[in-house]
Amino acid sequence: METYYNPEDLPKFETMKEGSPELWNKFSDWYGAVFAEGALSEREKALIALAVAHAVQCPYCIDAYTQASLEKGSSLEQMTEAVHVACAIRGGASLVHGLQMKNVHGKLTM
Amino acid sequence: MTAFGEKLANANEQLKIINQPAGLPKFEEKFKQTGEDKLSARELEIFQVNIGKLCNQVCKHCHVDAGPDRSEIMTRETMKLCLDALSKSKIQIVDITGGAPEMNPNFKWFISELNKLNKHIMVRSNLTILIANGFKEYPGFLAENKVEIISSLPYYTASNTDRQRGEGVFDKSIRAIRTLNELGYGKENSGLVFNLVYNPIGAFLPPKQESLERDYKRELWNRFGLVFNNLFTITNLPISRFLDYLIESENYLSYMNRLISAFNPAAALNVMCRNTISVGWDGRLYDCDFNQMLELPISGNASKYIKDFDPNSLTNRLIVTGQHCYGCTAGAGSSCGGSTV
Repeated sequence: METYYNPEDLPKFETMKEGSPELWNKFSDWYGAVFAEGALSEREKALIALAVAHAVQCPYCIDAYTQASLEKGSSLEQMTEAVHVACAIRGGASLVHGLQMKNVHGKLTM
Repeated sequence: MTAFGEKLANANEQLKIINQPAGLPKFEEKFKQTGEDKLSARELEIFQVNIGKLCNQVCKHCHVDAGPDRSEIMTRETMKLCLDALSKSKIQIVDITGGAPEMNPNFKWFISELNKLNKHIMVRSNLTILIANGFKEYPGFLAENKVEIISSLPYYTASNTDRQRGEGVFDKSIRAIRTLNELGYGKENSGLVFNLVYNPIGAFLPPKQESLERDYKRELWNRFGLVFNNLFTITNLPISRFLDYLIESENYLSYMNRLISAFNPAAALNVMCRNTISVGWDGRLYDCDFNQMLELPISGNASKYIKDFDPNSLTNRLIVTGQHCYGCTAGAGSSCGGSTV
């Protein structure tokens, strides 16, 4: 194995069924239902997935949901803004923990 | 590509690439998943006529390889043969394409003659020609003749459109749509139909037609106050300039695999070649505009030239297929009228 992440592995995702078909089927059904058109459009859901893919830093998901976002009709501008939302939340999540730092600092210092 | 003498401008060179095995299943085998053994035509309903490869644009995905350098133009004599053929057939729909069909010097004459035959006329206009010098009265002419207009607009923003169709095309297209709207095109109850076409700007499949149409209607209205009737989503077929792009960008095999993995038997049963005949600029007959560009003529004993047009010989003919046909059978299907399922 040359790298931990291999693009050719993505189409093999379904082989995860082999160890536990029952759990895979449940996951697969639920996954399909999650991304179906509902109160949110398929295009909006693909953009959320793209943003989350960046937040969890999953190369497979970034590959899959860049293509999915294009195939649902999103532009590069919309996809870039979605990534920025993920980055803002990640950055903001770090920064808001600064309040804990301030709390501890307040307790320990005069 | 023809202008630059590129090898891939030759139809045979394209066929060599798309028909190479490369481990991909043959379309003819895949088609059997429909429950039918071979793809055959039904009764003719649409007469699609390509009146020339001359165009004022050079779009990156163009399957015609059209442009200002192309000299292949249908003559008035060949148009007369088309009119003769139509007058003796039950076909009601005439779909005029190019190039930019307006640039054929006999375009207006042809439209007027078709109207005398009481045919429903559709023209595939690239929009920018409608505001070009020498053509500014064409929108009014098309409106007077109740011609349906179908135009490509790859996206509702400038950068995405211009990447595919050339710098400044989006702004000119918006100006042309405004002119058409002012004439009543795209407006309810005007009797003037104006439809848009979406092509993916790259190596991916088109979105769902209905949801993208909603986005287009909302965005074109909110951004520009423009309206249209329907949006047709069309898949790019791996031929001509788009094939060149796929090879150059190293997307060819992954795109073919994408088309094949998305093969939809229901779409395969509804492909447009089943009820369409495609007439080339020189009067040759083909199963579709893509076969025309690949120089794959009608097979068997059916009419081969417009001068020999016999609708009965064309009904039930076997359609000439190849690996490029996967483009029309992927996902929700693709035709000149958009998705097919």
